[in-house]
Amino acid sequence: MAANTPVRRARPPALLRLAAGPLRLLASLIVPVITFLVLRWAFTFMRDTEASKLLVGAVALIVGVGAVWVLYLVTDNLVSLLPQRIRETVRPFVFVGPALVILGVYLVYPAIRTIVLSFMDRRSEEFVGLANYAFALTSEDMLIALRNNLLWLIFVTSFVVSLGLVIAVLVDRIGRWEPIAKSFIFLPMAISAVGAAVIWKFVYSFQPIQRPQIGLLNAVYTALGGDPQGWLILKPWNNFFLIVIMIWILTGFAMVVLSAAVKSVPGELLEASRIDGASEIRIFFRVIIPYIRGTLITITTTVLIMVLKVFDIVFVMTSGQHDTEVIANRMFREMFSFGDFGRSSALAVVLLVAVIPVMIYNVRSIEQSRR
Amino acid sequence: MRLGYQTRSDIWSYRLRKLVSSAPARIAVVLIAVIWTLPSAGLLVSSLRPANDITTSGWWTVFAHPFEASVWTVDNYVQVLTAHGLAKAFLNSVLVTVPSVVIPITIAAFAAYAFAWLEFPGRKVLFSVVVGLMVVPLQMSLIPLLRLYTQMDLNGTFLGVWLAHTGFGLPLAIFLLFGYISTLPGEIIESARVDGASPLTTFSRLVLPLSVPVVASFAIFQFLWVWNDLLVALVFLGTNEEVTVITARLAALVGRRGEQWQVLTAGAFVSMVVPLLVFFFLQRYFVRGLTAGSVKG
Repeated sequence: MAANTPVRRARPPALLRLAAGPLRLLASLIVPVITFLVLRWAFTFMRDTEASKLLVGAVALIVGVGAVWVLYLVTDNLVSLLPQRIRETVRPFVFVGPALVILGVYLVYPAIRTIVLSFMDRRSEEFVGLANYAFALTSEDMLIALRNNLLWLIFVTSFVVSLGLVIAVLVDRIGRWEPIAKSFIFLPMAISAVGAAVIWKFVYSFQPIQRPQIGLLNAVYTALGGDPQGWLILKPWNNFFLIVIMIWILTGFAMVVLSAAVKSVPGELLEASRIDGASEIRIFFRVIIPYIRGTLITITTTVLIMVLKVFDIVFVMTSGQHDTEVIANRMFREMFSFGDFGRSSALAVVLLVAVIPVMIYNVRSIEQSRR
Repeated sequence: MRLGYQTRSDIWSYRLRKLVSSAPARIAVVLIAVIWTLPSAGLLVSSLRPANDITTSGWWTVFAHPFEASVWTVDNYVQVLTAHGLAKAFLNSVLVTVPSVVIPITIAAFAAYAFAWLEFPGRKVLFSVVVGLMVVPLQMSLIPLLRLYTQMDLNGTFLGVWLAHTGFGLPLAIFLLFGYISTLPGEIIESARVDGASPLTTFSRLVLPLSVPVVASFAIFQFLWVWNDLLVALVFLGTNEEVTVITARLAALVGRRGEQWQVLTAGAFVSMVVPLLVFFFLQRYFVRGLTAGSVKG
C-alpha cells in the first residue's frame, strides 16, 4: 500500500494516525453535545437571570455571534464524517438550515396558525365559521376602520409619490445646495413614528380661546382670524391630520429614490426635446415620467404596503378614538384590550390578503430574472 | 480690452439669466424644506424651554430675545432621563437593538451564500418562499408567537425580542445579501473550490469579506428598523419599566402625561438622538439600506 501511494510530506506519526479516526469521532460527538449544553445554558440564563442587563447583553452578543458560528462549524464537521455521496447533498442544508428553521417558526407556522385561529372564537376553543370575517368586513366599527385605511392608502400614496417626484425634479435644478435641501426633507424618515407623532401632537396642540396658542397650526389659524380647534377630535378631518404625518415622513424617502431615477434620464434626451421646442412641463410628463416608470411603480407599491400596515401613528395620536381607527391598530386592540384572538387573527388575515398581489408580483419577477 | 469686458458682461448676464430661470425652483425647494423642518424645530426648541414657558407662549416667541439665559434650560432632559426612566429605556433600546441586528445578518449570510453558490434540491422553490415571506405582514405572526412565548416563558425577555426581530428581519436580509453575493465573480469561488477550500472556508474567508458593503447597508436599515419599532416591542416586551424600550416608554408617556410638553418634547428628542446621528454620519449607507429595505413586511 505504501509503495503505490505518492509520498506526502508531513504525514502524522502512525500512532496519531491510528488514533485520529476515533478521536475525531469522539470530538465530533462531544463538541455538539457541549455546544448544545452551552446554548441551553445561555438560553435559560438570558431568560431567567437577575444579573445586570449589560452582562446579559454581552452574553447575547457572544452567544449570538460566537455560538451561531460554532453551530455552523460543528454541523459542517459532522457532515464531513458522512460518506462522500451523501455529504455533498447534505452540506448546503447546513448553511440554509438554521435560516429555514427560523423562518418556519417565526413566519410560516404562525401564519398558518393565524389563519386557523381566524375561524375560531375569542379564546380559540371552538370553530365559529366566518363570524370573525363578518365582523371584520361588515361591523360598524370596522367599516370606519376600512374607510380610514382606504383614505390613508389613497392620500398618502398619491401625495408622497407626486410630491416626491416634483421635489426630485426641482431639487435637480438648484445646484450645489441640493444635498442640504434633500437632507432636510429626508430627515423625518430617520425618526420613529412615535417621535413623529409627538412632534405633530405638539403642532396640533390646542389651548382655550383666550389663552395664547402653543401649537403651530392653531397659532396660524387664529392669526388668520379663526377660532382655535381641537384638530384631533374634529371628525372626519382628524384622519387627514394623521395622514399628513405619514406624508411628512415618507415624502423624503420617495424624493431620494426618484431623484436618483430622474438623474438617470440622459441629458441628450432632454436637450433634444428642448430643441424641438417642448415646454418644461411637457418634458416632465412626456419624457421624464415615461423614462422612470419602473421606479415609480416600485415606490408606489412600497408606499402602499407601508401605509396599509400603519399602526404607530394612530396608536400614539388617538388610539383609534374619534373615528380614526385603522385595521392594524384595531388588530392590536382586539388582541390586548379586548382579548378576542379570533377577531384579531381575522384582521391580520385581511392585511395579508391585501398584500398577496404584491407578493405574487415579487415572486414572479424574481423567478423571471433568475431564468 | 473692450472684447474682454463684453465677454465678462456676457458671462454675468448668462449667470443672471440662469439664476432667474432657476429662481422658482429654488424658492419652492427652500419653502418646502422650511415647512418640512418647522415641526421638528419646534420640538427641539421647546424641549430646551422652561416648563412654564412652553405652555404659556408659542415656541417661536423665544426668537424675540434668544440671548437671554432665562429662556433656555436643560432641566427637561435631566427630568426625563431620571424621573421618567428614559435613561433606562435608552439602555434597553441599545440592548435590544444590537443583537437584533447581528444575529439575523449572520444567519442570513450563510443562507444567502447557499442560495447563490451551492446546489441543493428545492433551492429555487425555497428562495421563492423567502421572497414571498418578505411582504407578509408581521401581524400574521403575533398571536401564535405570543402563545408560544407564554409556554416557553419568553414573554418580556430580551431573548424573545431578539429572536422575534431575527425572524422578521430574515427574509429581507437573505434577499439583499443574496442579490449581492450571487453577483460575485464565479471564477474566484470556483478557484477556491479547486484549491481544495471547503464551502465553509470559501464562505468565511472569501465571500463574507467581499460582502461588507451590503452587510453595512442592511445593518443600518435593520438597526433603525429595530430602534424605531413600537409594535414588536409592545407585544413581546410589554411596558414593564425594567425591560421596555424607548419608543414604548415614550408612547406610554404620551398616554399618561399628554399635556406635559416639557416631558414629551425632551423625551421625543432623546429617542431620536441615535437615529439622527446615524442619519448624519452614515447617510450614504443609510439611503442605500433604506431604499433596498423598503419592501419589508
